Amino acid sequence: MTADTSDTKVKAIAVTRDSEKLAAPPNLARDELGSALSFDRSMPGKQGILFPAMDVPESDLPPRAFLREAAPSLPELSQLDVVRYYTALSRLNYSIDSGFYPLGSCTMKYNPKIDEDIARLPGFAGLHPLQPEDTVQGVLRLFFELQDLFAEITGLHTASLAPMAGAQGELAGILTIKAWLEANGRAGRTRVLVPDAAHGTNPATAAMCGFDVVSIPTAADGDMDLAALEAALDDRAAALMLTIPNTLGLFDPNILRIVELVHGAGALMYGDGANLNAIAGQVKPGELGFDVMHINVHKTLSTPHGGGGPGAGPIAVTAALAPFLPEPYVIVDEEANSFRLVRPERSIGRLGAFHGNSGVLVRAYTYLRTLGAAGLREMSEAAVVNANYVQARLKETYTLPYDRSCMHETVFSGSRQRARGVRTLDIAKRLIDYGFHPPTVYFPLIVDEALMIEPTEAESKAALDAFCEAMLAIAREAEQQPELLRDAPHQAPLRRLDEATAARKPVLRWRPSAGAAQP
Amino acid sequence: MQPSADGVHDPYLGTTAAERAAMLARIGVASAEALFAPIPPAFRNPPLRLPPPLSEQELLRELSAIAGQNRHTGELISFLGGGAYRHYVPSVVGHIVGRSEFYTAYTPYQPEISQGTLQGAFEFQSLVCELTGMDVANAGMYDGASAFAEACLMAVAVTGRRRIAVLDSVNPAYIDTVRTYASGHGLPVELVSPEQPRLGAEHACLAVQQPNGLGFLEDVQRLSEAAHISGALFIADVDPISLGLLREPGAYGADIVTGSGQALGGGLNYGGPHVGLFACRERFVRQLPGRIVGQTKDLDGRTGYVLTLQTREQHIRRERATSNICTSQQLLALATAVYLTLLGPAGLRQIASLCYHKAHYAAGRIRELPGFRLASDAPFFKEFAMQCPCSPGELLPALLERGILGGIDVSGRVRNGLLIAVTEMNTRGEIDALVAALAEAVRP
Repeated sequence: MTADTSDTKVKAIAVTRDSEKLAAPPNLARDELGSALSFDRSMPGKQGILFPAMDVPESDLPPRAFLREAAPSLPELSQLDVVRYYTALSRLNYSIDSGFYPLGSCTMKYNPKIDEDIARLPGFAGLHPLQPEDTVQGVLRLFFELQDLFAEITGLHTASLAPMAGAQGELAGILTIKAWLEANGRAGRTRVLVPDAAHGTNPATAAMCGFDVVSIPTAADGDMDLAALEAALDDRAAALMLTIPNTLGLFDPNILRIVELVHGAGALMYGDGANLNAIAGQVKPGELGFDVMHINVHKTLSTPHGGGGPGAGPIAVTAALAPFLPEPYVIVDEEANSFRLVRPERSIGRLGAFHGNSGVLVRAYTYLRTLGAAGLREMSEAAVVNANYVQARLKETYTLPYDRSCMHETVFSGSRQRARGVRTLDIAKRLIDYGFHPPTVYFPLIVDEALMIEPTEAESKAALDAFCEAMLAIAREAEQQPELLRDAPHQAPLRRLDEATAARKPVLRWRPSAGAAQP
Repeated sequence: MQPSADGVHDPYLGTTAAERAAMLARIGVASAEALFAPIPPAFRNPPLRLPPPLSEQELLRELSAIAGQNRHTGELISFLGGGAYRHYVPSVVGHIVGRSEFYTAYTPYQPEISQGTLQGAFEFQSLVCELTGMDVANAGMYDGASAFAEACLMAVAVTGRRRIAVLDSVNPAYIDTVRTYASGHGLPVELVSPEQPRLGAEHACLAVQQPNGLGFLEDVQRLSEAAHISGALFIADVDPISLGLLREPGAYGADIVTGSGQALGGGLNYGGPHVGLFACRERFVRQLPGRIVGQTKDLDGRTGYVLTLQTREQHIRRERATSNICTSQQLLALATAVYLTLLGPAGLRQIASLCYHKAHYAAGRIRELPGFRLASDAPFFKEFAMQCPCSPGELLPALLERGILGGIDVSGRVRNGLLIAVTEMNTRGEIDALVAALAEAVRP
C-alpha cells in the first residue's frame, strides 16, 4: 500500500458516514437483531430445548419452605431465536480469525483448529474429575508429561497444572514462596518487590498473599534500577516478581546480577511468564536463577482466549519449592505402572474444586507436541523478528522511549501526536477504521501515552506491512485532520461509548420493570 | 513430521525465511541472533528435550490413542457428582461458543469492536441475578470453589472482621480452597456445625452450601438469620439447576451467592474449565472481584456495553484491588447464558424436576436393599449420601466391572458413605442397573 492509496482510503472512510446516512434505508433486520436483549425478545410459551419424559414415579417435594415461590424471569425464546441472536452478537466481535490483533502483552496468536478438535474428543471432554484413576490413565499421563514439558521449557524442576489463569498462577507461586519462607525460618519477610512497569496482577497478587508491595523503578534505559533494587533488598524482602522479558519488551541484560542480588539477600525470584513467547526455547529462566515461574498457556501456548478466558496458568518451581505446590499433582507409580493424583507433602492447598483447566491444558499439550523443540525456537525467534520489524518501520514516526531492539513486543509513546492534541486513545480508535484491533494502550504505566504492540510469529509480513501503513497514515492524519481521530472509530458497530456514565450510574443487569433501555 | 517447503517445524509461522531475511535487513541486523544479544551468552540456546514435532495427522492419531486410554462418561453409566454433574449440553451451546468470533477474541478492552462478548456477559450477569434472586452479578469466576473462597475474602473486606466461618457440611475441596485463599492474610477459617453455628462479633461471614457437600438441604433460613444476628454476611453456594425448584438465595437473605456454572451447559472436561457464578447485594457492588459489564450509550445514543467499575480491578488499583483476577472464564459464561436462554423458566423447572424425581427414585430403590440407608433424614435434591453395609471401596470396583461409576466414596465423612448423583441423563434403566449391581456387590 502506498501513501497515496492510503490517503484515498482515508478520504473514503471520512465521507462514507454521511453518504450512508443519506442513502441507506433503515436496516430493520439488523436493528431487530442487534440491540434488544434476550429478555426483551421473550415470548411466553417459547422454549428452545425439550427434555425427555419423566420415566420414574414422582416423589413428594420437600417442605414448602425449601421451594421457590415464583419461577425466575428467564427469557423464553425458540431455538432459532437463540441462534440468530447469539450469531448476531458474534458478528459484533473482532477476533483473531478475522484480523490482526496486536495487543501487547496478550500474545494474540493463531489458535490452531486441530487443538480444538482434540480437546473435544469424548475421551477428554467427557471425563468426570472424580473418576477412579484407573479409568483416566490417558489424561493423567498427558498431565504428567505436560508437567515435565513445562519444567523443561522453564528450566525448573517440576510444574503444577492446577492454576486456572495467569493471575491464579501468581497467587499459587507467591503462596508457595511464602510457605517455603515460613518453613525455612524466614517468616519475617513481609515485602514483595515489584517493578513499576509490572502488570497490575503482580502487586495485586502480592497484596492478596499478605505482603507489602515495594515498587522498584525502571532506569532511563528501560532496565531495572539496580541501585533501587539493592536498597530495597533487606531482610524484609521475600521475593522479586519480575516479568521476563519485561513489559517494555526488553530483556534486562543485568538479569544475572539481579538474581545474584535477590538471592544474596535471602529472597526468591518469581518470574511472570506473560512474555514467554519471546524466549521459549531460547533461554531457560530456571537456569538464570528464577525459583518460580508461571506460564500463560492462553498466550504463549496458543490456547484461545475466549473473550476473557478460559486460560490456564501452570507454575514451574525449583526442587526446593516442589513440596509446597498446590494440590493436585500427578506422579507416576513405577511399581503399579500407573499415574496418580497426589497432594504434595507440604502443599499450600487447593486452588479450586478439581484439577485445573484440563480442557485448556490438553490444547497446550497438543500445541507443544506439534512444535517440538525446533518449532518452539522458530516460534519465539519469528515473534521477535516480527516485533522488531514493526519497531523499525514505525520508530521514525512514533516516539520510541527506549530506543533499542526489542523482544516480542515494542512499546511506543504517542507523545509526539499528543503534542498536537491527539491522544493514544484516538490513535487506537482510528486503527479500528483501518480494520485492525488496536494495540494495548496506556500500559506500561511508566510510558506516557503508551502503545504496546505485539504482532506474534503467526502474522505474515503483508499483515505487518498493512498495519504499519495504517499507523503511518494515522500519524499523518493526526497532523492534518486530527478531528478524524478524535471521533474515531467511524466504521465500527458502535461509536465511542460513554464509560464515565457507565461507572458513575452502573446498569449491570436487565430489570424486569424498567427494561434494559432505561439506564 | 516433514519440515515445510521452507524448512520450518512450526506449522503456524506467518513469514517465510526469505521474508524474515528481508525484515532483518530492514531492522538493520545481520541475523536474528543479534536481537537476542541481551541474554547472557552462556545461557543461550540451551538443550531442549521435547518430543519430536508431529504433523496434524500424527498428532490426531497419537492424541486419539491417549484419549482412548480414558473411559469416559458417555461409555459408562455415571452417578458421579461432588461438584461436577453430567447434564445434557444442548447442541446449540457448542455451536455458539464454537464460533471463532467468540472464542478467538480477547478480553473486551475495545468495546466498539467487542459488543458480542460484552453483551453476552451482560446477559450472563442478568441471568445469574434472575436465577439467584440477587441484585448484581459479575461476569464470572474461575470455578465454583474459587468463587466461594473469593466470597469469603470479600466478606472480610466488607465487614472489616477477620474470622471466616464455613459450615462443616460444605464440600471438602471447597473448604480447602477457602483455606488456601485465606492463608495469604493468615485469616482463621473455622468449621461450624449447622445445628449450632456459634458466631461472634469477629466473624466476617457464615459460608454454606445448598445443597450441602453430601447432597442434603440445610435450613438456610435459620442459618442466614444466625449470621445476620452476629453481623456477619451470609454466603450461599448453590447448585444452579436446583434453583428451578428450590428457593432462591435472595429469598432467604444471602448477601453473596456463588455456584458452579458447570451444570449450565458447561460439560465435564475432567474438572475444568468450569465458570464460577458470583452475585451479591447491590450495596457491595464496589467490593466485587472480577470483571463487570455495564450498559451505556455510544456517541450516537445507541445502547452498548463496556467493562465497568474497573477501579476495583488490578490493572487500575494494583495492590489495593479487590482481587488479582484478570483472565477468567468468559467463554463458559457465554455457554451458561446460551443454555439458560434455551431452557427458559419452564425448561429449568423441567430439568430440576427430572433430577429431583430420578434421584428420589434411585434413593428409594437403594434403601430397599438390606443394609443401605440415607446418611441423613434431611431433604435432598439430585445427590445424596448413602450409608452402605460395607466400605464403598469394596463396592465401587465391582460396579465399575459392570460399567457403572457408582458414586464417590465419602467414607471419610460418613461411615461407609457413598455419594450418588442422579441427573436427567440417567434413565430409569440405568438406575435399576445401579440398584441391581449394588445388590449383587454386597451379596456375601
